[in-house]
Amino acid sequence: MSKGSPISPALVAARPAPPAAPARESAPVAPASSVRGPNRVVAPTEMLGSAAIVRSLEELGVDDVFGLPGGAILPTYDPLLASTKLRHILVRHEQGAGHAAQGYAMVTGRPGVCIATSGPGATNLVTAIADAHMDSVPMVAITGQVSSAFIGSDAFQEADIVGITMPITKHSYLVTDAQDIPRVLAEAFHIATTGRPGPVLVDIAKDAQQSPMTFSWPPRVDIPGYRPVLRGHAKQVREAARLIGESVRPVFYVGGGVVKGHASQELLELAELVGAPVVTTLMARGVFPDSHQQHVGMPGMHGSVSAVTALQQSDLLITLGARFDDRVTGVLASFAPHAKVIHADIDPAEISKNRTADVPIVGSVKEIIPELTAAVREAFAQDRPDISAWWRTIDHLRETYPVGFAQPEDGLSAPQQVIKRIGELTGPEGVFVSGVGQHQMWAAQFIQYERPHAWLNSGGLGTMGYSVPAAMGAKVGNPDRVVWAIDGDGCFQMTNQELATCVINNIPIKVAVINNSSLGMVRQWQTLFYEGRYSNTDLNTGHDTVRVPDFVKLADAYGCVGLRCERDEDIDATIEQALAISDRPVVIDFVVSRDSMVWPMVPAGVSNDLIQIARNMTPTWEQED
Amino acid sequence: MARHTLSVLVEDVPGVLTRVASLFARRAFNINSLAVGPTEVAGMSRITVVVEAEGDLLEQVTKQLNKLINVIKIVELTTEQSVQRDHVLIKVRADAATRLQVTQAADLFRASVVDVAIDSLIIEATGTAEKLAALLSVLEPFGVREIVQSGTLAIGRGAKSMSDRALRSA
Repeated sequence: MSKGSPISPALVAARPAPPAAPARESAPVAPASSVRGPNRVVAPTEMLGSAAIVRSLEELGVDDVFGLPGGAILPTYDPLLASTKLRHILVRHEQGAGHAAQGYAMVTGRPGVCIATSGPGATNLVTAIADAHMDSVPMVAITGQVSSAFIGSDAFQEADIVGITMPITKHSYLVTDAQDIPRVLAEAFHIATTGRPGPVLVDIAKDAQQSPMTFSWPPRVDIPGYRPVLRGHAKQVREAARLIGESVRPVFYVGGGVVKGHASQELLELAELVGAPVVTTLMARGVFPDSHQQHVGMPGMHGSVSAVTALQQSDLLITLGARFDDRVTGVLASFAPHAKVIHADIDPAEISKNRTADVPIVGSVKEIIPELTAAVREAFAQDRPDISAWWRTIDHLRETYPVGFAQPEDGLSAPQQVIKRIGELTGPEGVFVSGVGQHQMWAAQFIQYERPHAWLNSGGLGTMGYSVPAAMGAKVGNPDRVVWAIDGDGCFQMTNQELATCVINNIPIKVAVINNSSLGMVRQWQTLFYEGRYSNTDLNTGHDTVRVPDFVKLADAYGCVGLRCERDEDIDATIEQALAISDRPVVIDFVVSRDSMVWPMVPAGVSNDLIQIARNMTPTWEQED
Repeated sequence: MARHTLSVLVEDVPGVLTRVASLFARRAFNINSLAVGPTEVAGMSRITVVVEAEGDLLEQVTKQLNKLINVIKIVELTTEQSVQRDHVLIKVRADAATRLQVTQAADLFRASVVDVAIDSLIIEATGTAEKLAALLSVLEPFGVREIVQSGTLAIGRGAKSMSDRALRSA
């Protein structure tokens, strides 16, 4: 399903979702189980472990995998060549395979799969695995391991990848017996995709790949220690509804869990019933439409004044799939000091980890939100609080302190303007994948998101270099959508080798390098907190520098279209030009001012009440009732 | 900080002890003692872990442990509702002049002598951590050469079985 031809953004909206891949053979379907995929019944068949890996992935309904072979995974790449169901995309660096699997999972909601060899192949996946762990991305990483007889002997390309990744995986397996392969892979997919999603590593010894085994499907999956709770406790849901029925300053604090839980429709219904302001975190941008009257912005360190203040002044946080991350709360003790907290999350360990919940609800937001909606409707039938004064406060903040930017004094383009126009000219059906830093924050602030799964970024781990490979994965998952990598000149230099993968495999992503010739976010902190001492943040890629590398030439060398834009008046035309190209990747070098900064900002280590709208400028707070 | 004894029922698979132990390390929880061994159910082990933690932190410890896929069940065992024992082997200096005094001291604690040499004894004792500490302080004047001690073992009082209930709910 991923070999679709690119189409123009205008057509994308009208197109139906691509159909699921048809079953290759018509086999009876096993009764409902924890095994993903169509659950076709496969009678016992003799094959090698390597073939069992490929066959298991096929039976699990996998279409696309990203990887790079090497000695210890070599046996598996042989049957992979023969597979007609699996499309393997050969990356240029294993980190690229990992992020591509993440991007694929983020836009499709299906687990991303990456494959690497033992030792360095496996360790190159580590950053992507850690990233997926922090951002709860369903991903299965398959690595080759040296033969079981050599494990522990410091053999060539041996690394204890299960040990290395233990703190950054949801679970991991070391397989030394070929017979275990189908069950372990089925368990890995089950664990990765259910409950709070996350990465699962399956490390398979070379001799297990080479040994004969008897394959049958579906395997029996029984994990006694893994029983995710999906339904919220009815009493807690009623209690939450009671609090909502009493609150005069409620706020919906919506996190990435609502995206992962595919509950945006449910959220819309509940939010409109309650009528309260909605803030969407960095991980949740788009899950509630930005254009909706109730949406008041993104909270946190670079959030809007209205969103940050709404949380600070609230009397009730209706927290859905969010985790009170330090970038949202600022100094925890001063966060939303007057608010009671309803906290719905599928991971019980998130409840009261940072902020104590008054009403904890463990379960899937997909199940909890509709029940809460029903309970609130009942509570409102009795009496409904008047929140009009609350809205007057919020509206006043929204009008007084909209998120905006100043034109740079050096005559160069404002990076915010570039990003804003990319969003506007592409439209809400596009997918926007950022790296990490200033451009990430601007992409979160200045692109209008109207749907979930349209905004991808590395939120928790903050991985520079995420953008290009994740955009590649997103484009494979959503071939009919326009996919933008909105990258920085620093980030882009970390992973741009995957442009080769994009060109060779016809994955026409668009890369906007927001080139301010520096590690911009670090430079901003140096400007603000280190007296402008710019220690090691100059990258010499931009205006008035030697431009190493020249991004246009680099694009050209990879067989991409390379464009450069250095003036405001060329921004729109350049973006339009890129949007018109659909047969290969486009890289645009947007040369922008290095002095633009991300505002608003809550400086690290202070209360969110001290939010600044520009350097040393805080909003004037009016006396509220 | 208060001490809490947690009984953790786990699948007996390779690496499970590492998963449990490293979780404590990376989440900066303090372990006081840890003991692990098989149970009456094949394929299931039980880890008894004593942690120094209070209220919210203890709750976090338990929740994070529960997230480990191989962890089946966790219960906190209070000293009132459970039997808790440590086991210790102590090598004490004891020659002809002091041997009798040492063995009498051991008798007082219902400890037994399990090895005798010309100038030393090995004493084996089981009891609560407090009792063993008292025994040690009595033996110290004679000259303690070596100590080896188990982690605390704990089991709930009464007929109920932790693994039984865990399997039924599973």
